[in-house]
Amino acid sequence: MKTINDIQDEIIADFSLFEDDMESKLFYLMDIGKKLAPMDPAHQSPEFIIKGCMSKVWVYPIFNEGSLQFEADSNTEITKGLVALLVKIWNNRTPAEILQTDLYFITQIGMGSMIGSQRSNGFAGMIQQMKIYANAFQNHN
Amino acid sequence: MNPINSIAEIRSLFPVLNEQVNGKQLVYLDNAATTQKPISVIDALQSYYLHDNANIHRSAHTLASRATEQFESTRELLQTFINAKESAECIFTKGVTESINLVAASYGKLVLKAGDEVLLTEMEHHSNLVPWQRICAETGAVLKFIPIQTDGSIDLEAALAIINPKVKIVSVVWVSNALGTINPIATIIEAAHAIGAKVMIDAAQAASHFKIDVQALDCDFMAISSHKLYGPTGLGVLYGKRELLEAMPPYQSGGEMIKEVFLTHSTYNELPYKFEAGTPNIAAVIAFKMALQFVTDIGHETIAVHEKSLYDAFLLGIQQSSFNKIKLIGTNPHKIAVQSFEVVGMHHFDVGMLLDASGIAVRTGHHCTQPLMRKFGIEGTVRASFAIYNTAQEIDYFLAALQKICDRIK
Repeated sequence: MKTINDIQDEIIADFSLFEDDMESKLFYLMDIGKKLAPMDPAHQSPEFIIKGCMSKVWVYPIFNEGSLQFEADSNTEITKGLVALLVKIWNNRTPAEILQTDLYFITQIGMGSMIGSQRSNGFAGMIQQMKIYANAFQNHN
Repeated sequence: MNPINSIAEIRSLFPVLNEQVNGKQLVYLDNAATTQKPISVIDALQSYYLHDNANIHRSAHTLASRATEQFESTRELLQTFINAKESAECIFTKGVTESINLVAASYGKLVLKAGDEVLLTEMEHHSNLVPWQRICAETGAVLKFIPIQTDGSIDLEAALAIINPKVKIVSVVWVSNALGTINPIATIIEAAHAIGAKVMIDAAQAASHFKIDVQALDCDFMAISSHKLYGPTGLGVLYGKRELLEAMPPYQSGGEMIKEVFLTHSTYNELPYKFEAGTPNIAAVIAFKMALQFVTDIGHETIAVHEKSLYDAFLLGIQQSSFNKIKLIGTNPHKIAVQSFEVVGMHHFDVGMLLDASGIAVRTGHHCTQPLMRKFGIEGTVRASFAIYNTAQEIDYFLAALQKICDRIK
């Protein structure tokens, strides 16, 4: 199984292919979102909406045999791509691994200029919520 | 000032139009949110702080006198710009929002009683809705709405039927910010006056596009924005007929708005100062004169002709079959150069970000008109709004970027 940093490095390599072409980066992000496994509609309830996002984003955690899986969806494609990146990195990881992650890919792919400050805040909200879930399951054990 | 002859010359007056966004030349199509500022406005802001900074109407020294003269000369030009009877009928506010709040809180409280009606339209900006909701809740008056039709125009027949003697205030947007529709306000004003109601016009989106004549319109109040009229932000105007403004109680109280203050009571200043409590946004007022001068020098007719040519080019392009995923919202032809639309199959936030990646600035969202969006059964739109400095080439570039987005949708 690839490590968290293996996956981050792959993401960095993929985005670097587009150099400064912002439109292509966004299209690529949308494609990543399209590949996200479908979310159980029953899990798209208000309590699983990420706070602070302009778009609607749902993240539903499933704790299974010591590691976490995430179901996620969004009503906008770019945001769905953003949450899909996090799912890609953190699916099937232990709460400890999630909590210890340094998400260095964010600055390396130039996320700030790609999605702007408002969506960056929303993205930070997704990260925070997924870590809150990890923390809750870690303490539960 | 010399006449301005070409769009290229006009563009050269707007330094920000040379900005690069995401490595692309900026194409600014969010003019209904705020227009860019000509260099004369920017210079005036700077010059005030460099050379004339002083508080107005108070001190005897030279700087105070220079600042006061410039401040009041904007009011004089404004009087001409909207053809008010006198400059004292032009009150400086923070913006259209404050102008409407002022009238709702002061005039609304003065005249409204339980059972009276306040008439708005279904297409109002929240700024011309929420203040009236509050004063109606306070006084027991009832809000009524002129319905709008599927093409984004108001139903004039229904409007005339709904205007009845219980209506005391009619407050209507002249040009819809979300749809661009130009409303038949002259007819509404006449009908409202026939039953003794007073009329407030929200001219936020109108003033940069066509000539305003408050006396010919005979409106009782009008709200105008500086920043949507090539001027600085944080400044608006409330026009009101003298007899109404004199009868109204002050809105805010403090400095400037008083005549004499005793420990237990005060008497209030003359118009317009009665409604200008506190130190105003002096620099903005002074620079706003340059914005009014800019529009006057070009002429509303030239602006209207150019903006219409841009809008027609956009509409012609977007009606091509390759754009079958674009659904226009607000199709009534009597409108300014503003178009809201949906890209069917893609959220407007995504469309907005993809356009931004190409350097194109548009507005996405509900445009502070949530009831209107609900009426159309949508959450929001993409809105492109054109101004005097936009070019035919920019429209072509915008259409090409939209085409690329549409092509991605399966």
